[in-house]
Amino acid sequence: MGEMREREEMEQEEELFLPRFITTEENFAPGHRACIGCGEALAVRHVCKVLGKNVIIVNATGCVEIISSLLPYTSWRVPWIHTLFENVAAVVSGIESGYKVRIRKGKIEDRGVKFVGFAGDGGTSDIGLQALSGAMERGHNFLYCCFDNEAYMNTGIQRSSSTPYGAWTTTAPVGKKSIGQMTWKKNMPEIAVAHRIPYVATACPSYPFDLMDKVKRGMEIEGPAYIQIFSVCPTGWRSQPNLTIEIGRLAVETGVFPLYEVINGEYRLSVDVPELKLVKEYLRKQGRFRHLTDDVIERIQARVVEEYERLRAKAGVK
Amino acid sequence: MRKGKIVGLEGSFAVAEAVRMAKVDVISAFPITPQTHIVERLAEMVADGELDAEFICVESEHTAMSACVGASAAGARVFTCTAGPGLEYMYNMMTIPSSMRLPVVMVIANRALSAPLSVWCDHSDMMTIRDVGWIQMIAENNQEAFDLTVCAYRIAEDKEVLFPAIVHIDGFYLSHVIEGVVLPDEEEVAHFIPDYEHPFVLDPEKPVSMGCYGPPFIYPEAKKAQEFDFEKTKPKIKEIWKEFGETFGRYYAPVEKYKMEGASIALLTMGSIGETAMLAVDEMREEGRDAGLLRLRLWRPFPFKEFRDAVKDLELLVVLDRAISFGMGGPVCSEVKSALYDKRKELSIVGFIGGLGGRDIPIDGFKEMVNLALERVKMVERGEEMEPEMIGVREWGR
Repeated sequence: MGEMREREEMEQEEELFLPRFITTEENFAPGHRACIGCGEALAVRHVCKVLGKNVIIVNATGCVEIISSLLPYTSWRVPWIHTLFENVAAVVSGIESGYKVRIRKGKIEDRGVKFVGFAGDGGTSDIGLQALSGAMERGHNFLYCCFDNEAYMNTGIQRSSSTPYGAWTTTAPVGKKSIGQMTWKKNMPEIAVAHRIPYVATACPSYPFDLMDKVKRGMEIEGPAYIQIFSVCPTGWRSQPNLTIEIGRLAVETGVFPLYEVINGEYRLSVDVPELKLVKEYLRKQGRFRHLTDDVIERIQARVVEEYERLRAKAGVK
Repeated sequence: MRKGKIVGLEGSFAVAEAVRMAKVDVISAFPITPQTHIVERLAEMVADGELDAEFICVESEHTAMSACVGASAAGARVFTCTAGPGLEYMYNMMTIPSSMRLPVVMVIANRALSAPLSVWCDHSDMMTIRDVGWIQMIAENNQEAFDLTVCAYRIAEDKEVLFPAIVHIDGFYLSHVIEGVVLPDEEEVAHFIPDYEHPFVLDPEKPVSMGCYGPPFIYPEAKKAQEFDFEKTKPKIKEIWKEFGETFGRYYAPVEKYKMEGASIALLTMGSIGETAMLAVDEMREEGRDAGLLRLRLWRPFPFKEFRDAVKDLELLVVLDRAISFGMGGPVCSEVKSALYDKRKELSIVGFIGGLGGRDIPIDGFKEMVNLALERVKMVERGEEMEPEMIGVREWGR
């Protein structure tokens, strides 16, 4: 009993003091053009704190690229390159190989530079999937961060394969014959796991320390690492900008977006929620789900529970 | 003057030798007929340790070019190669290295485009990338395939150039045919293309942002700067070819001339078919016709001045296109006409489309083209319309 109290106290202290251990250095500079309450910009900021200075970032076309690189300005205090929408992992492959061979040939020093790819959910699970699959299969040493805001937000809220069932988007509109998105969200982390890469994780900026730990592990591990980061999008989700953190937390607490890691094939739940909150609580906060009737919500609820139980079983949690 | 030893090599192997001697850092390519022998040979060289490079065996041409761009942005010397539909798949990436000033070098084993599927040679693939801002050179034989690949590195990486460069070699005609190739001394090649340092690379010690977002207030200025610098590469290319000639004994020009002295009629070709055209010119000369041959070596940037000089005494120019622009005719012929429109209106230009999808054009084919062209000139004089014509094609009822 005493031991438990001690642990609780320690955890409370951690909550208090941990932020002091986080660097105040911002490598993703302020002054970018993200919308108010953007979960993605927040996530990028957290990720960049961990990545530090000794890194090269490859960015797909999308929100982050547009908000951060409007000529003649840049928000990047680290080397950064953008080429196209669908090829982040391919460009990273080239940079990593270029560094590797130039170090081997003695043309440059080995300063332990890290190589990181940034893309949205569309640039990852739709148009960029082939390039990513190829890079993971070839085993390049890189970290890939997918900022998952569940649609093509930059172009105006069009559906992607990562858009959840029942969500309204501009290309999956709600109508007399449609509830919006009619397909279930593609499970991209599982696709990464199927490549047998050493590190796969999910994260959310509502849990910043967990997110930063994962970025650190993904960066340190030798070989491909994939992190899917839940990025609340007030503009596209029709949610209040001041609820971004809360919605992220609810996504985890309802089991909609569980936080876990897969290290060398071993699953581990980062935040276990033995008693999931009802998805209704999560859906209610977002205009993109406002049209859903109770029967559709029940269908979503059943699916979320089923998926969550499957994940718990993989992680060996009873 | 000939330096080096003569070796029997396929065009593909000649290219691979040039890439090996260029000591490239990264090769990123996806196999496609008829380019396969280039990648296979390079993979062997890397596997045997003859070439210390990273061979990224990618899952598509799109990734091949993306990885080349990444590696080049990291300061590496890179190589890729493709053909026909592979180039079409790569197209999305083609404007990136030229706009971001990355000296990627690529060889294309020219191939027809689907459908119907054809692995054989024509220049349709080349025409799809006409406007993407790469320096483009065309080889006529395996020696040129080697030489131009070596030159491509020197040109692309020149500090006053820093544009990507392509060497076109005709699929099968060059890629799979063995010819004697003079391989120069490796040291001399290394001296001709020394190690290079790109002035802006992805380096955490000197962070730069590459490939930013350009709204209307800045995009046209970026494009004008690109075109301004691209035009300026022409004298540099000629200078480097001259130095190559002085070093290795083989001289190249943007527009190559064959028996043009006193010619009033000339054929214009690109690529390996020029060798057949030369034989046709020889025969026509023997038959008393004052014919010559022009071969376009530099396709981009287009050598306006050299081209206008080459045709200044001609009465008739017969252009062979190994590609078609549907509804427009031959793309090379169209360009040539536009290059001369405000300069030489008295020159008759007649275009033919032929050799599509690997169809051979024999010596007589060229002679027939000249005869047909002379008839066309008379037709035009009579005020009749001249339509683009395809030659060497079977037609029902004829």
